[in-house]
Amino acid sequence: MERLYKIKKGLDLNLKGKAVLELQPLKTSGEYAIVPDDFHGMVPRLVVKEGEQVLAGQPLFVDKATERIKVVSPVSGTVSAIVRGERRKILRVCVKANAQQENHDFGKADLGKLSAESVIELLLSSGLFAFVRQRPYDVVANPADQPKAIFVSAFSKMPLAADFTFAAQGREEAFKNGLRTLAKIAKVHLGISPDQINTPLLPVSEVEVSVFDGPNPSGNVGVQINHIDPVNKGEVVWTLDPGVVIMLGELVETGHVNLTRRIAVAGSHVASPRYVEVKIGAPLADILAEQTDLKAEHQRIINGNPLVGAKAEADGYLSAFAGEVCVIPEGDDVNEVFGWIAPRFNQFSTSRSYFSWMFGKNRQYDLDCRIKGGERHMIMSGEYDRVFPMDIYAGYLIKAIITGDIDKQEELGIYEVAPEDFAVAEFVDSSKLELQRIVREGLDILRKENA
Amino acid sequence: MIKKILDKMRPSFQDGGKLKAFRSVFEGMETFLLVPNTTSKTGVSIHDAIDSKRIMSFVVIALLPALFFGMYNIGYWNAVASGHLADASFFGMFFYGLAVMLPKIVVSYAVGLGIEFIVAQWKHEEIQEGYLVTGLLIPMIVPVGCPLWMLAVAVAFSVIFAKEIYGGTGMNIFNPALVARAFLFFAYPSKMSGDSVWVNLDPVLGLGFQAPDAYTLATPLGQAAAGHPVTTDFSHMISGLMPGSIGETSVIAIAIGAAILLWTKIASWRTMSSVFIGGALTAFLFNVSGMESGVATMPWYHHLVLGGFCFGAVFMATDPVTSSRTASGQYVYGFLIGVLAIVIRVLNPGYPEGMMLAILFMNMFAPLIDYCVVQRNISRRARRAKTSQKN
Repeated sequence: MERLYKIKKGLDLNLKGKAVLELQPLKTSGEYAIVPDDFHGMVPRLVVKEGEQVLAGQPLFVDKATERIKVVSPVSGTVSAIVRGERRKILRVCVKANAQQENHDFGKADLGKLSAESVIELLLSSGLFAFVRQRPYDVVANPADQPKAIFVSAFSKMPLAADFTFAAQGREEAFKNGLRTLAKIAKVHLGISPDQINTPLLPVSEVEVSVFDGPNPSGNVGVQINHIDPVNKGEVVWTLDPGVVIMLGELVETGHVNLTRRIAVAGSHVASPRYVEVKIGAPLADILAEQTDLKAEHQRIINGNPLVGAKAEADGYLSAFAGEVCVIPEGDDVNEVFGWIAPRFNQFSTSRSYFSWMFGKNRQYDLDCRIKGGERHMIMSGEYDRVFPMDIYAGYLIKAIITGDIDKQEELGIYEVAPEDFAVAEFVDSSKLELQRIVREGLDILRKENA
Repeated sequence: MIKKILDKMRPSFQDGGKLKAFRSVFEGMETFLLVPNTTSKTGVSIHDAIDSKRIMSFVVIALLPALFFGMYNIGYWNAVASGHLADASFFGMFFYGLAVMLPKIVVSYAVGLGIEFIVAQWKHEEIQEGYLVTGLLIPMIVPVGCPLWMLAVAVAFSVIFAKEIYGGTGMNIFNPALVARAFLFFAYPSKMSGDSVWVNLDPVLGLGFQAPDAYTLATPLGQAAAGHPVTTDFSHMISGLMPGSIGETSVIAIAIGAAILLWTKIASWRTMSSVFIGGALTAFLFNVSGMESGVATMPWYHHLVLGGFCFGAVFMATDPVTSSRTASGQYVYGFLIGVLAIVIRVLNPGYPEGMMLAILFMNMFAPLIDYCVVQRNISRRARRAKTSQKN
């Protein structure tokens, strides 16, 4: 029987342009690019040269530190370009797909006979290990660690986020096999939302299922870990995106790595918000070609959702961890007069000094990217705590990170958090602090100190 | 249109421009007129529409009922003192109060914001809105007889030494408005208490009446502390037609402000309610303790509506920066303010107004309360780590 966790704190945002549960066919140009920066915590070392031929599933670059974690090509084709930035940093590795697609064969695996070592070996050689993240630090996991547990959240409550129940449709068996495979390594916890209980995603008897009922960020794996089995100092847990679990299941079934995900294309600047099936690294221009005017000014393309996604350019590529691509107004051409007192009926706010509380939860908002205020010191108290459903004093942790007090950070639970857990707090913050950046930098410094 | 004018003016305020010494003033004006349309670069793409300007504006709005009533009350006591109550009109009294009050507010804002502008320019920061509230609070918590120059000195002292040296709004330990009042109270006690400061005797701008110079008026708490019978009845204590600091007399006006602050969740209901609970309980204990002094025997519900108790509980104790930041800490913090305020009133007749000192004192202890609350979370985490190591 699943355990039910009721989450009270948090905030659901209802944004315009939610994707309809329909799949739209997509024409692709065959250009793909993998961005090493997506795999935070990994320093890439190239293993291919420009002009070289690769199969789908063959490595493009490996992790310098361990030499074991690989990132593989999503398609078979020619390495068309290796783009470098300042100090020769690798920005992206581009692959031009061949007309005929060939897969590197890892061999079908027999689920019953897989051991923990062989699963990790399979993950490493297939490149899927690069998608395994760890707490503490929210970076690519280290294959030498023995994780206390593995956590997968099968839903996201982020605004405009893809609905995983739909994204997994038709591939549920692969999802379950993926979970079963992971269960060979360590105990696997699957977090689902109440409306997923009676879907084909279940049952999987090999994993422990927990139901999380509550507003965003209850779908964040970090929140779920904090409720089920919090990370203590010295412990490591691994987390996986549910889309990657499907890829792992398919790898076991077919012996091939297929980096295809079903992502949502959403946002108020998208003509008809739908789902598309696309490989990681596909050009955003392909994904959005029929959906939006790519040259339009004053709009923002986001790799991911408006709370945790990254701002992208029209010539960018689908990020490795993005479950959706959103296009929303940038707002840099909007001029509102006397914002400190005007009623501003079309603005959303959790504060009752605005009027969005009057319009109920069903009203959809078209929010733009303005910060809508100047950065201040932390003035209001309890703002973060209202939307931070973890047993952690978010404001105090942020202060400890800002002041660089590492002992205090440890005491206050920095090992349990990832930047995304602070996304909703950053949204509601009246002092407009960049919480996710602060947490990311804090985690990176801590990781260096502890190394 | 506003945008065009501002765009035209901007170059002269930027580095190298003629008026670059006034950059902070220009930016302040610009963000006052227009919502800044800078967009986010990292982190969340979208933001809540709330910002500290909006919050501070709403606190100012919440203060207005008490301010307006205070103005009327000034006119009312002027009319009483001069014996012209019968022929004074409502608007006559109100405008008289407005004429008395306006210079105080102007002086407070001019001095305080002036310092804020200079600091913002010097530190290359944006102007912080915190003073919008402080600047209105200060004139409201002094007696009407406080001279303008004293007000200016107190404002300058509190903005510099209670706020800016700590790093500005959000970093200060003590509530700047209360520091200003405490400064006046200890530096110029004759102008802050006693029986001659609660009424304005002279006509202003042709409004109001001339009252005899010797007219004195004591606040109900002052009367009680001096052992005299209290001459104000309970209904006047609620409506506020009694002598006292300008903004603090009317419970009704303050209640309207409290409703605004609680509804918008700007003030913490935990702090506010626990101040009243702490105060009521302590005053009740003194009532039944058998102490003989006039303040101790004053009914407990009179304590809550007299002096600065309500005003302090609603507008001062709930200042998010100087109060406890943790939810459970706020209960303790508020409760102790209520207790201390009454204890000071009763046990030290020299300071009939205990609220100011109680809040300042608890400002000092708020970080300690929070420390204990946060420490509980920390030790829970440490214990958890230990048990999981054993397993």
